[in-house]
Amino acid sequence: MAKRVEASNVTAYYGGFKAIENINLTVEPKTVTALIGPSGCGKSTFLRSINRMHEVLPGARVEGSLTIDDQDIYDRDVDVTAVRRMIGMVFQRPNPFPTMSIFENVVAGLKLNGVRKKSILDEAAEKALRSANLWDEVKDRLGKPGAGLSGGQQQRLCIARTIAVEPQVVLMDEPCSALDPISTLAIEDLMFQLKDKFTIIIVTHNMQQAARVSDRTAFFSIEKTGDPGRLIEYDNTQKIFSNPSVKKTEDYITGRFG
Amino acid sequence: MGETPHRSADAGTGGTRVTQSHEWPAVLGACGRGTSQHPFPGRAGLGGGGALPRSRKFGAERAFRGLTLAAGTAVLVIIAAIAIFLVAKAVPALRANTENFWSYEGWSPNDPQPKFGIGTLAFGTVLSSALALLIAVPVALGIALYLSHYAPRRLGTALGFLVDLLAAVPSVVFGLWGRDVFSSPVRDFSVWLNQHFGWIPLFGGDGPFGASIMLGALVLAIMVLPIITSLSREVFLQTPTANEEAALALGATRWEMLRTAVLPYGRPGIIAAVMLGLGRALGETIALALTLGITFGISFNLIQNGGNTIAANIANAFGEANETGRGALIASGLVLFTITLIVNITARAIIYRRREFTESAA
Repeated sequence: MAKRVEASNVTAYYGGFKAIENINLTVEPKTVTALIGPSGCGKSTFLRSINRMHEVLPGARVEGSLTIDDQDIYDRDVDVTAVRRMIGMVFQRPNPFPTMSIFENVVAGLKLNGVRKKSILDEAAEKALRSANLWDEVKDRLGKPGAGLSGGQQQRLCIARTIAVEPQVVLMDEPCSALDPISTLAIEDLMFQLKDKFTIIIVTHNMQQAARVSDRTAFFSIEKTGDPGRLIEYDNTQKIFSNPSVKKTEDYITGRFG
Repeated sequence: MGETPHRSADAGTGGTRVTQSHEWPAVLGACGRGTSQHPFPGRAGLGGGGALPRSRKFGAERAFRGLTLAAGTAVLVIIAAIAIFLVAKAVPALRANTENFWSYEGWSPNDPQPKFGIGTLAFGTVLSSALALLIAVPVALGIALYLSHYAPRRLGTALGFLVDLLAAVPSVVFGLWGRDVFSSPVRDFSVWLNQHFGWIPLFGGDGPFGASIMLGALVLAIMVLPIITSLSREVFLQTPTANEEAALALGATRWEMLRTAVLPYGRPGIIAAVMLGLGRALGETIALALTLGITFGISFNLIQNGGNTIAANIANAFGEANETGRGALIASGLVLFTITLIVNITARAIIYRRREFTESAA
């Protein structure tokens, strides 16, 4: 249930603007990898190119190759919806479907895949909500609107919705930036548990968070505004935060820039 | 791209600045009115200092409140006035009616023995409007979805503008066009339907065909199309991008994304749009007066000459109506008023039922 993600020479554009250039990076299965770096350095762009969500924006495109266990997801014959089913995504702001109940939100992905049987959906919903540490809080009100939950609960609901389809890889785009510290802690704990099953890649602005949750850390940066983002350093999290090999990484980690 | 924290921080400071700049003119205004000789009374002026001024008894605030109250009350007064007018004129005519107002099939209120019944008219009104919606709603939603989610942005805007233009065509033009141009293809189509599907009662009969409920409903459908299209397009465009991306990221195709995120989110808006369209269809007068065959009789046959509606009947019959005749037409207007009221209340009820979900969406 977890796969290796391998990016080689990934370059992504927004129309004529080159957002990231020649990113080479390998993410091992069942690890948490953090992408850090200053604003506009392209870490979210890179994240979104891993599940082909980048190309959803008009004029956006990706070059280079991205493989999931040696399958090229940018291959011409690959069904993009299958890629996205295999690689789940949690967004910066909690985005449960406002018209759906908690239950409907969790099983939305399954329903899209044609699962209709009530017993299977019930079972999957409970499993996903338990994995997202949300079951005890919502089990008595599964029929209530998902948007009625608190921000932290909504984000865990979105995580439950993502893992309900049992993806191989889970991408998280600053999943805690809209949450309070307690909810943030709950999500970080959750990431620890989830990496038993999934490959997790998380974008974060919070370096303590990166240090706490990740096994490996990738540092992205740009020379100046308008330049494409590049991968500066990629190593074990401990190494990055204690003894980075690139001066720029050290400057960023110690708060001297960015 | 992770810029949100920065942006929100900026918004915070911006907010304070805005509040300050709002207070400036207000304070200056108050000073200018002569409570103080100097526009900047000392350094403490803007923040207060000195005794607090008394609140004004008659200020712009109070005047504005009075104005809005008057505007709000006007709605009630107008509705009550219309209702009283309709009832007062209708009752004498209804008393003079020698047949049952609900069941009699015919309309001769000008006779010495007035005979008229609303049944056929109400039936024709509801049938033609329902048929028009049946045709228009799927097409309108298709156009709206295409314009909001499939068409390139520029093309979408241009086409949207064209659709709005269609709404600006006067109904009498639609009526004339329906009668003089559109009726002949509809007649041919009706004959074809009659030949091949004549065994279905809807398409039965021996003719003549053409000036039928079908023609009226088609013209009505074209007339309500732009309203439904442009309102639902607005609603679809308001779907939060976050929800659309959530659906796509779960592996939805574009159509599945529309079904999961866009259509449910827009549901109350779609219902409102359809109801507005229905309102226009029910009340449409001249286009139907020109296209329908004008007969009195309840029949589900869609293609034979015939059909009539309350509004079309008022337009056709008002000219040569006497006192009782006018009263009878006004009574029919009252029934139309009630039908539209029921439609509106139903729409509200449908929207209200899902309130819990739609409110948290906003």
